[in-house]
Amino acid sequence: MAKSVVEIRNLTKRFQDFTAVNDISFDIKEGEILGLLGPNGAGKTTTIHMLLGLITPTMGSIHMFGLDLATHRETILRQVNFSSTYISMPFSLTVEENLKVIARLYELKHIQQRINDIIKKLEMEDIRHKLTRKLSSGQMSRLTLAKAIMTEPKVLFLDEPTASLDPDIVNKIKAFLKEYQRSEGLSILYTSHNMREMEEMSNRIIFLQRGKIVAEGTASEIIQRYGQRDLEEVFLKLAREEGRS
Amino acid sequence: MSVGRILALLSRHMYLYKRSFARMLEIFYWPFLDLVVWGFITIYLEKVGMSMQGAVTFFLGALILWDVLFRAQQGIAVSFLEEMWARNLMNLFASPLTVGEYLTATMTMSVLKVTAVGSLMMLFAWVFYSYDMFHMGLSLLPFILNLVISGWIIGVLTTSIIMRFGQQAEVLAWGMVFLFQPISCVFYPMTVLPPVLQSIAWIVPPAHIFEGMRAVLTTEAIPVTHLLWATGLNAVFLLLIVIWFYHTFNVCKDRGMLVRVGE
Repeated sequence: MAKSVVEIRNLTKRFQDFTAVNDISFDIKEGEILGLLGPNGAGKTTTIHMLLGLITPTMGSIHMFGLDLATHRETILRQVNFSSTYISMPFSLTVEENLKVIARLYELKHIQQRINDIIKKLEMEDIRHKLTRKLSSGQMSRLTLAKAIMTEPKVLFLDEPTASLDPDIVNKIKAFLKEYQRSEGLSILYTSHNMREMEEMSNRIIFLQRGKIVAEGTASEIIQRYGQRDLEEVFLKLAREEGRS
Repeated sequence: MSVGRILALLSRHMYLYKRSFARMLEIFYWPFLDLVVWGFITIYLEKVGMSMQGAVTFFLGALILWDVLFRAQQGIAVSFLEEMWARNLMNLFASPLTVGEYLTATMTMSVLKVTAVGSLMMLFAWVFYSYDMFHMGLSLLPFILNLVISGWIIGVLTTSIIMRFGQQAEVLAWGMVFLFQPISCVFYPMTVLPPVLQSIAWIVPPAHIFEGMRAVLTTEAIPVTHLLWATGLNAVFLLLIVIWFYHTFNVCKDRGMLVRVGE
């Protein structure tokens, strides 16, 4: 059985009276794509921010590669990266310059070779010398994905990496991610509002609602448990239940 | 502390500076304009007979040193704003970069900025007003170094306020240092201040630095008392402000502000 690379225990985050993440525990196994699903405000992004050390948990622990994030931040973050539609990169730098800065921040070796490789892999040759402010949203998504992949992380956090992108780009990104994940064996925590995408991408899914885990398992297990036809129906059922309560 | 990561952050700003018109104005245009205006004022004062002995020395010397303080502060605060505007803070602080490395990089950036602005202003002053700031030797150097450290202190304080309060506080990156100007005694001696403000000025490092500068320019001797006061106060304030910055950073992480700053 694959070992856990991420172990989260009783993780809680409270912002004054509001509990964004409420006592959740889960593992991410080596080589697994774990989907984090839930409506807006369910606590998905807050969880990822805690895993990246950007938000301090109120309670609970985060261990990665057997190390506590609270005390081994630097060692852990060298082996982790993230991408999101909602982040950006310095606008006045070209795509290549931004990648160089990131490569230096992670103290990578053979920087130029790595940049050339990632640019080729993500078909970014035509935008290599383009200023970041002139990139389209699809190109920006490829850049943030490139910066995450280039550092060769063991764990990748993807927060809605395909949100607001056109279907062609979404398909390309998904295909690249699946292929890359298979070849490198990396572990991914994936959030999305797109149920079909979630079913397609994830080995296992955790359903968050109001900061709590309400369902966990493979897509088919969850669908069966709730007696629905697909994940979208499960999502709607849970969201409506939340609306009534 | 990793030198590689500090250099990474410096390279990010170097790439920016080579393309940013606004950042180039900060180095070339505004300091030059300050110097021209103050140069003409000094010439005018001399012509109408209201001059004091060595007016050029006082005003231009004070102006150049004021710009050292201003640019040292700005080098730190504007570097943070650049990250905030570019929504790049998450990329930085989700990387192995530490807070100490971040501060060291911005302080180095501030030294580079001060060196560029200071050199250009001294060159302009020499070309246009035949004013050689270092004509009395290197006695000014310890005061300039202290001024840079004072700039760091105000810059880190400004950054921590912007980090805590976000965009609504960003104007402080340009305005904060002016809060200290009246009690820093840049263009007048400390004795001009009312007694209450004089007592406050005694605990403001730049006030000792500008007093010291005037003494160096008039007597060409190093006023040791002012130098010791400035150095001692700077050491204490630098330590306190770095502790304060770490504290603010942790508060922002706890309240989830680090991921929202700039929104």
